[in-house]
Amino acid sequence: MPKKSIRIALQEAVVLEMRRDPNVIVIGEDVAGGAGCSGDRGTYGGAMGVTKGLIEEFGDERVIDTPITESALVGMAAGAAATGLRPIAELMFVDFMGVCFDQVLNQAAKFRYMFGGKATTPLVVRTMMGAGFRAAAQHSQMLYNLFTAVPGVKCVIPSNAYDAKGLLIQAIRDDDVVIFFNHKAIYDFEDEVPDEAYTIPFGEANIVREGEDVTIVAFSRMVHTANDAAKSLEKDGISVELIDPRTSSPLDEESIIESVENTGRLVIVDEGTPRCGLAGDVAGMVAEKAFHALKAPIIQVTAPHTPVPFSPVLEDAYIPSAAKVEEAVRKVMTMSRDAVSAS
Amino acid sequence: MALDKEALLAVYRTMQTIRVFEDRVHVENTTGDIPGFVHLYAGEEAIATGVCCNLTDADAIGSTHRGHGHCIAKGCDVKAMMKELFGKKEGLCGGKGGSMHIADMERGMLGANAIVGGSPPLAIGAALSHKTRGTDGVAVSFSGDGASNQGTCFESLNMAVVLKLPCIFVFENNGFGEGTGADYHVGSGDIGGRAAAFGMPMTKVDGVDFFAVQEAAAEAIGRARRGEGPSAIEADVVRFYGHYEGDPQGYRKKGEGDEMRATRDCLKNFRDKTLGDGTLTATELDAIDAEIAQLIDEAVVEARAAEFPSVNDLLTDVYISY
Amino acid sequence: MADSIAAITVPQWGLSMTEGQVIEWLKDVGETIEVGEEIVLLETSKIAGPVEAQVGGTLLRRIAAVDEVLPVGGLLGVVSAEEVSDSDIDAFVASFNENFVVVAAEQEEESAEPLFVEVSERSIAYTKEEPADGAGDATPLLLLHGFGGDTNAWMFNMGALAQDRPVYAIDFPGHGRSSKDVGDYGLAELRDAAFGFLDAQGITKAHLVGHSMGGAVALEMAASQPARVASLGLIAPAGFGQPVNGDYIEGFIAAERRKEMKTVLAQLFADPALVSRDMVNGVLRYKRIDGVAGILRQIGDDLLAGPRADGDSGLKPIAVIWGAADRVIAPPDSSDPSFTLISDAGHMPHMEKASEVNRILSGLFRNADAG
Repeated sequence: MPKKSIRIALQEAVVLEMRRDPNVIVIGEDVAGGAGCSGDRGTYGGAMGVTKGLIEEFGDERVIDTPITESALVGMAAGAAATGLRPIAELMFVDFMGVCFDQVLNQAAKFRYMFGGKATTPLVVRTMMGAGFRAAAQHSQMLYNLFTAVPGVKCVIPSNAYDAKGLLIQAIRDDDVVIFFNHKAIYDFEDEVPDEAYTIPFGEANIVREGEDVTIVAFSRMVHTANDAAKSLEKDGISVELIDPRTSSPLDEESIIESVENTGRLVIVDEGTPRCGLAGDVAGMVAEKAFHALKAPIIQVTAPHTPVPFSPVLEDAYIPSAAKVEEAVRKVMTMSRDAVSAS
Repeated sequence: MALDKEALLAVYRTMQTIRVFEDRVHVENTTGDIPGFVHLYAGEEAIATGVCCNLTDADAIGSTHRGHGHCIAKGCDVKAMMKELFGKKEGLCGGKGGSMHIADMERGMLGANAIVGGSPPLAIGAALSHKTRGTDGVAVSFSGDGASNQGTCFESLNMAVVLKLPCIFVFENNGFGEGTGADYHVGSGDIGGRAAAFGMPMTKVDGVDFFAVQEAAAEAIGRARRGEGPSAIEADVVRFYGHYEGDPQGYRKKGEGDEMRATRDCLKNFRDKTLGDGTLTATELDAIDAEIAQLIDEAVVEARAAEFPSVNDLLTDVYISY
Repeated sequence: MADSIAAITVPQWGLSMTEGQVIEWLKDVGETIEVGEEIVLLETSKIAGPVEAQVGGTLLRRIAAVDEVLPVGGLLGVVSAEEVSDSDIDAFVASFNENFVVVAAEQEEESAEPLFVEVSERSIAYTKEEPADGAGDATPLLLLHGFGGDTNAWMFNMGALAQDRPVYAIDFPGHGRSSKDVGDYGLAELRDAAFGFLDAQGITKAHLVGHSMGGAVALEMAASQPARVASLGLIAPAGFGQPVNGDYIEGFIAAERRKEMKTVLAQLFADPALVSRDMVNGVLRYKRIDGVAGILRQIGDDLLAGPRADGDSGLKPIAVIWGAADRVIAPPDSSDPSFTLISDAGHMPHMEKASEVNRILSGLFRNADAG
């Protein structure tokens, strides 16, 4: 099967769905690019080139460049979604949600419930997150935890190209508001991706590797970091079960609990900040629902509680590394309930 | 385009329905049986009616926290609205929205909106939807003078011009953003001028003159339907009641609301004009008044008698609950 | 170095297999091994299965230890028909390992992707295994997989059956990597597609082996153009008079999630532990593709519509193989000499008891070729 990058997988998803359904449109800043310029139209194609070339096939009526006004762009997409279109609103960086949060939080997310189930809002906001590009505090945050906290929003966090395509097609066909988070550092990661359209249901975790000693739950780019750690730990006979939840809302609690019931140990790896984050959310859920199975405390490996720094030395230290994950796993392997109460 | 007699009677029925609905809610609210916040539209009927009488169910409107009038003018069921205000299961939103979030997608009513400046982005979205789908439908954004200062509003005005959207921005300047005067909070004092500065045609009208509103709206909507892009209307109007029900209105000179009711009443203006030029008769209008009085009476009686939602409804209409 | 020394290597079971882990040695050093005998049990991410001897002789040495993970083509052990010295064995192993990396890389390069051929404007994916030496002109074999399956179903059979003849396995239209735009769809269309494939390969006559739904297709082929069928191997066939378990078909069509799918697939095997994470993921990946749900519905309805042929089709030569613990299509009560009931196997005897099935089928083909 052909290997494709996340970038290509995402583009295939958008193109296939735009061909399939004339109501699917792309709205965003520079999704085509070049409007009102002296050079070529359509060469920009979004911050990561995902929508590059689409304007040639679908025209500027369906690949819509907007001014750099995120409230109007996301709000417009919400309004269009409530009135018959299936917009994919491209928000270059999730950090920009700061200027348009209301359009998701108070508008799009609320329609279905607030209007008594009589409205559907098939809106996808596709955005980019994550550190690693030396882009510093305003272009590197994760923020998926903020949206996971909002009822009425589904949060999709693909870690590989196969999932990216299937989850994006699912998102476009979904009748609820979906925020689709791509980590900027893994756009070129390749995987076997079918040429056809396919969907992956939300709330179905991927068991990346099976193991018996420790469960690791990791999100987005951290799935790869955790997998590196697991490979290294395997050499020392420590068997890791790695779970990629794929979506943080809905969350596949069942798969996580089942795994912890088998291993009795849990490490959560989350590039977000530590307070009120996904790691804490999963830890709380497991502590409540699988306490009986835990042989040791849950360890959370997260970024520190600081803005994302600029200097490479600082940023590298900020992002959870495979070494840190390994350390956490080795630590959790040495801990037990007795040791905790004794210490 | 002059309205025929039948259309005029329909317009009067709409305005009178809004007025009686709001006056009655003002009274019912004092009983404590209407939960939450209520913002009344009384005094501003000519705007919602003058705009919406040019629209069909296929056209969309975005509204404000003061949205009852827009709902009624857009054809929402009055009894279901009253039930929604009382928080009942048979309310327009199943008792989950309330006064500030009444919506009826089938009527193109995208919802009252409790975020000031909430409606312009949604309205341009509905306009984009019409444009993309190739219909001749339009969208109207209703905003107050307060919302006219929000960034969402400016962004939407610009977007509508950039994308040449079939959208009409109607600014209802009732002189107050909550408890602060428009003379203070609108820096330039010229809301319509701001819209014009974004590059769209703009008209200022007297918001208590139904005929002026209707004429300006018909022109703007016609332009949008023909694919000629967005327009703006600024309508100066009066707010009979406070910002919200229970508002002590200390920021307002005593009796101002009543004074406005006596001097700037759009319904009285409409009656005087249509009776004066002989197009309508007092008998016809009185008959409508009686009909509306009974309708609102029934609406209140039925709303009070209606069932509340079941507690099980708490977890419906959302994709997942934890 | 003695020429009679031969390597037992890690086979490639299915296109995606890259390595295998040694679970258990089934033969001791010094034991005599017949061709086709099971020597060592391997586990891949997809499934566990036995490695069968391709050459006979005495097991001289176990190179791979239990739990060791080896790449496809890696050296498991050494056999020889003659007595050889330890130094000869050492030299053989050293030479094998020296050359191994290159061989493995080439192998992967050649076999990682399926082949495709156009049949009636649809793309049919297939794999082909050529016999080792001199049997390229023998009547070829075509393998026809079951409902919702693909060529991977034959991972334990292709190598063994290709000792004597070229072996082809296709993904039916609507399955595996073949086209999913199949239009109206049933066993008749699958039959035509299989003939179309043979035409495209220039094959006039072939041995047919069909499993389950593929068995029904093979029966249809034999009924419509008997002259093109050299022999018929039917493994737990549909269309043979035995009803198909509707719960299985409906469950397979309905399952969208890992857990549901695992429960459904467990019905295929006598030992449900054979259902691995990769097997479940592979089936889900297929089922998620646009159009597949409709395809499965159509063919599922056709399969459930009832028996198409009665049990004795009158076709000879024929071998009918059934797992005694088959929960999808229960085995018939038959004493016909062409019928073999395999104990400790479910609906997938060609996977669960591959060597036995391979032995029966090889015998069938040899007899048919001779007769």
